[in-house]
Amino acid sequence: MNRSTDILVVGGGLNGPALALALAQAGFPVTVIDALAEDTRKDAGFDGRAYALALASQRLLSAIGVWEAVADEAQPMLEIKVSDGRAGEGPSPFFLHFDHGEIEEGPMGYMVEDRHLRRAFLDAMDASPLITQVNGSRVVGQHGTPGGVSVDLDNGDRLDGALLVGCDGRLSGTASRAGIRRTGWDYGQTALVCAISHEMPHEGIAHQFFMPPGPLAILPLTGNRSSIVWSERTAEALRINALDDAGYLEMLRPRFGDFLGEIGLAGARFTYPLGLSLANSFIGERLALVGDAAHGVHPIAGQGLNAGLRDVAALAEVLADASRRGEDMGGRQVLERYQQWRRFDTATLALATDAFNRLFSNDNPLLRLGRDIGMGLVNAAPALRRTFIREAAGLTGDLPRLMQGKRV
Amino acid sequence: MTQSTIDAAEVAKFEAMAAEWWDPTGKFKPLHMMNPCRLDYITRQIAGEFDRDLSAPKPFAGLRLLDIGCGGGLLSEPMARLGAEVVGADAAERNIPVAQIHAEQSGLDIDYRNTTAEALAAAGEQFDVVLNMEVVEHVADPLAYLTACHDLLRPGGLHICSTINRNPKSYAVAIVGAEVVMRWLPRGTHDWAKFITPDELVALLGEAGLEPVDRKGFVFNPLLWSWSISARDLSVNYVTASLKPAA
Repeated sequence: MNRSTDILVVGGGLNGPALALALAQAGFPVTVIDALAEDTRKDAGFDGRAYALALASQRLLSAIGVWEAVADEAQPMLEIKVSDGRAGEGPSPFFLHFDHGEIEEGPMGYMVEDRHLRRAFLDAMDASPLITQVNGSRVVGQHGTPGGVSVDLDNGDRLDGALLVGCDGRLSGTASRAGIRRTGWDYGQTALVCAISHEMPHEGIAHQFFMPPGPLAILPLTGNRSSIVWSERTAEALRINALDDAGYLEMLRPRFGDFLGEIGLAGARFTYPLGLSLANSFIGERLALVGDAAHGVHPIAGQGLNAGLRDVAALAEVLADASRRGEDMGGRQVLERYQQWRRFDTATLALATDAFNRLFSNDNPLLRLGRDIGMGLVNAAPALRRTFIREAAGLTGDLPRLMQGKRV
Repeated sequence: MTQSTIDAAEVAKFEAMAAEWWDPTGKFKPLHMMNPCRLDYITRQIAGEFDRDLSAPKPFAGLRLLDIGCGGGLLSEPMARLGAEVVGADAAERNIPVAQIHAEQSGLDIDYRNTTAEALAAAGEQFDVVLNMEVVEHVADPLAYLTACHDLLRPGGLHICSTINRNPKSYAVAIVGAEVVMRWLPRGTHDWAKFITPDELVALLGEAGLEPVDRKGFVFNPLLWSWSISARDLSVNYVTASLKPAA
């Protein structure tokens, strides 16, 4: 089943399947290895996790044939409102307002729940004759040589390939086995994540409230539900998470406000410690890193999955172009092109979200005044505002073909 | 020469040389930087001439291709990977085992030979495609050499020839820039007086019996630090495509 020409993808979460589908569409055989059994991954019930897919990411999903399966469950994001606030005080008078009506491309993005996205990816992989899935197996070793790469599985099997791609998250074993070190720090913040039901419709509006302990994002889901990402200092976050549902909501209400009426929990609660983690190299001997394995950023602007999908699109394009020229897809000269394309971009994103978080997770009155005035200025200048909207929609920079809605 | 006829110390030496040839940041960095651009031109010309789809697997299957001055195999390997039956010829004997070892590591079957275009033509070898990249500026008698290239082609065959223009700019870029300032190439790699203008090359191709069909420039952009193909700027590096008339 396994061929030495295969591209081996470690990690069957979201970026891994996206890459596999993009490469299979371009005609390359791919093997996707995941430690969990497929049923476990497929039958995940509603757990409250959701992603803010930028428009460019939605175009990629559409180009690789996955969007159709989630379109009905996706909530378009029509407006984004950003404001500065303190619990119980409501938003400050200056706030940023981004409306999709100001750009011609359509909604800025879509909210899609994790359960729908995962299932759509797994179904699409099942349907692709070029994708082999190895489920329930852990990678215990890997070996790259000038001629090829192989991985050893915990069941004793060995798989051969032309290129190994690590899509295995910020604790990437693929990266550490290759001796790639990481740079990063802990923010001392933890995100509380859950789905909320509310009385009144959200009208497709996403809110981001900047509060001294950390930002609170309220992102519209289908129906009268929203997904929240609520960052607090870690000790406080763990204390809040230990409360029962009623106590949890009691803490959330003054931060959330009453603009959507009465609120309730609509799924399980999660916590994620926040930190920045950049791999010192995105490539190695017959190896490339994608998504959080390459760059785990602060989820402040919802850019984690979007940045990962941008890696997917860039890598698929670099590999397809190389293959059509007859180049060795796992060769150093080819992988360097991917690294050059993505490394600067992601480092910039990491530093920007980091600086943004530090600026806004602060109660210094001068900083508050400064950022309120800054927001007011951005809001008053249409050209600047449109730039922010396009940035949020992922439409800026050197856009890979898949993110323009074209095939690789 | 097969691997078994070379002793172990020699193999280690050739492996090191192969690694050097294929290191994109090493001694052959200028070739690696230019290679995607050269390959884009070559693959599109072949695909166009022989009606092949580059996104299909092994699009060049059934084509016999000669790579003159193959070196470490920087062009031969991609052509073999695309399905062509490749003969790589190099007048420098030491390049042959180096290229062989790398092809073996890459799992490719390429017929590397220590020979010249003239010798292959005299032996009656025939090809669908002859790649003649950055060679003509090094030969003593360009017309005799291009005539050999012509003779190596089957009727309707494609000849791709790249070289360096002769003008003040090419002297500044290819000799002063590449050899003296950047030291991309060893001093004395090129003799400016042997450079050929596009018009001279096209005239020589015609005299050799080939029908020129295309010419383009390879342009280095120092800001993007990369090469691209240009329809207008043939002032330094350029490439031509010509055909041997069908029967």
